[in-house]
Amino acid sequence: MEAGSAAPASDRTAGERIYEFLGRLTDLPFAIRAGAGLVLMTVILALVESGLPGGIETVALIAIVIAGIAALTLTEGRPALVAGVVVIVLFGILLTYHGLLAVSQTGITGLSNGAIYALGAVGLTLVYGILKLVNFAHGDLLTFGAYMALVASVFWGLPLVVGIVFAMAMTALVGIALEKVMWAPMRRRGAGVLQFVLMSIGLAFVIRYAIQYVYGTELRTLGVDNTSTIDFLGVRIGQTQGIVLLVGLLILVGTGLMLRFSILGKRMRALSDDLELAETSGIDTSRVILWTWVLAGSFAGLAGVFAGATTQLQPELGFEFLLPIFAAVVLGGIGDAFGALAGGLLLGVVVEWSTLLVASGYKSAIGFIVLIIVLIIRPQGIFGRARSI
Amino acid sequence: MNWADPSPEREATGGQPLLETDDLVAGYLPEVDILNGVSVKVREGEIVTIVGPNGAGKSTFIKTVFGLLRPRKGSIMLQGESIAGRRPHDITRLGMSYVPQLDNVFPTLTVSENLEMGSLDRSTTKAQIDRMCELFPRLGERRSQAAGTMSGGERQMVAMARALMPNPKVLLLDEPSAGLAPAFVDAIFEKTEEVNREGVTIVMVEQNARRALAMSDRGYVLDLGQDRFEGPGRDLLDDPKVAELYLGGTARIDAAEADDSEANGPEEGPTRQDSSTV
Repeated sequence: MEAGSAAPASDRTAGERIYEFLGRLTDLPFAIRAGAGLVLMTVILALVESGLPGGIETVALIAIVIAGIAALTLTEGRPALVAGVVVIVLFGILLTYHGLLAVSQTGITGLSNGAIYALGAVGLTLVYGILKLVNFAHGDLLTFGAYMALVASVFWGLPLVVGIVFAMAMTALVGIALEKVMWAPMRRRGAGVLQFVLMSIGLAFVIRYAIQYVYGTELRTLGVDNTSTIDFLGVRIGQTQGIVLLVGLLILVGTGLMLRFSILGKRMRALSDDLELAETSGIDTSRVILWTWVLAGSFAGLAGVFAGATTQLQPELGFEFLLPIFAAVVLGGIGDAFGALAGGLLLGVVVEWSTLLVASGYKSAIGFIVLIIVLIIRPQGIFGRARSI
Repeated sequence: MNWADPSPEREATGGQPLLETDDLVAGYLPEVDILNGVSVKVREGEIVTIVGPNGAGKSTFIKTVFGLLRPRKGSIMLQGESIAGRRPHDITRLGMSYVPQLDNVFPTLTVSENLEMGSLDRSTTKAQIDRMCELFPRLGERRSQAAGTMSGGERQMVAMARALMPNPKVLLLDEPSAGLAPAFVDAIFEKTEEVNREGVTIVMVEQNARRALAMSDRGYVLDLGQDRFEGPGRDLLDDPKVAELYLGGTARIDAAEADDSEANGPEEGPTRQDSSTV
């Protein structure tokens, strides 16, 4: 702030003054800013809940917020930890109002939705990171996967597990085929960003209407049991939802480990950092790109089957997931695979928790409010590094 | 330490060249050639530096040799085998590595992971990383640090270490001293000489021409996409014509070099017909 050289106070617009004020705020110590943010979040929540919970719960709430501020003072410079502390405090506050059962119930639903987002997001973010391709057709790969499972397990009558594997394999094949006939030749000819974006939007429509042409617009189900529930420590979990949660989290943890420790995962991250440097370092980049499409495609297929199993199949299925998947990617830091995994789960949980406060019809708006707030604080996303922004 | 060859030859003449380009023509845009016929010979164990004014095609030359650009004409032979038109990752398997000029590390990967990316044989990766950390002790202290958080000089070391991971016979360096603090420039040139003493042939392109030529066995002066002069590094430095035209005058000092070569540029004078070698 060049206060000395600035125009006299009376000449400045209100906007300029607000900016100057905000500029001074960012000079405050991190602990004070983070603490103030946490208190602000608590006050807003209390207003939405119309007052404090009262009695021992109010004492607990205040204790949780103070513990949260204490924890935040230790997290400076580690955005992932900040996000973790905020989520835990949020959990604690909701607990004091709604009790463990309701918060766990919505949290588990949120995690299972979040697993679907994360499965979609990790493929989308890897493809973006490596090929700089913003693939708007990614959502329709989910739809394709769901319909492949329908073909195998409903039309052909095979067991659902076989249907899932079939769906994953077919979607991976589509990913590879598109790479070979569309994306790789376009890259070789030096197509620009806009061409790639338009091609992917066009491709999204082609896939969606091709599915509609073949299978019609009627709602279909995968014929899974959506009514049975499992009681787990008093929390009622839908059987299908439980399976989605369990399998989804297992695969996501496996993916995280693969990216961190396996040679292929390290190479994927290297390509994502710098494709040409990876090639000149001796990595066969075409092969790693194909494996990336296998991963992105099969995960999109799996996410599609999960989405179809917990709801219903229709040609717009994947498109409806595209925005939350993009949000998860951006929330985690675009191009960062670990960020996409965490961003998906985080988004799923926070959105589902919001149904405790406002009608569930508003929940997609809540997801984007979270996204906007995070991006105002950290434009590069929670895990992203402040580079090319 | 044993690098590429247990008995490195230091002969500057005789024998089949390790790397040879003949009449190389290449460019980025259709119909526009940046290289207009570059013929360079590099023998085993040599340090060869390619200097020249900005826009002479130095970087283009090194990129073409390493397969980042397809040559339009001419040949590139590595150990008697043609590598023109081959992809860079294939060329690393034939014993040649490349260190790009800037942005030459994977910023989100740790130092160890960066080095691992250069390994072509997974069974030797660990041992090779240990060796690199011996050669560059600074890296040994920071194995698990993300490369993007390091200084320019440290990154240059990571990049060089990664290029050395597969035990190359030839190392191509694109302006290794570009943008580095003076202390690191010395360190990088010293490491380059050390690596060369272990038997790795070095081909580098340098803006810092005096310093690079002084330590080179031979040098080439590139101008307007052609090799104009060739000779032992010292001779090129002492040659008044080369100095006047391409090194910014004999009396100037290294520090002013980068600006000078830009300001003087390749002059279209009668001396340009002097393409016979020194």
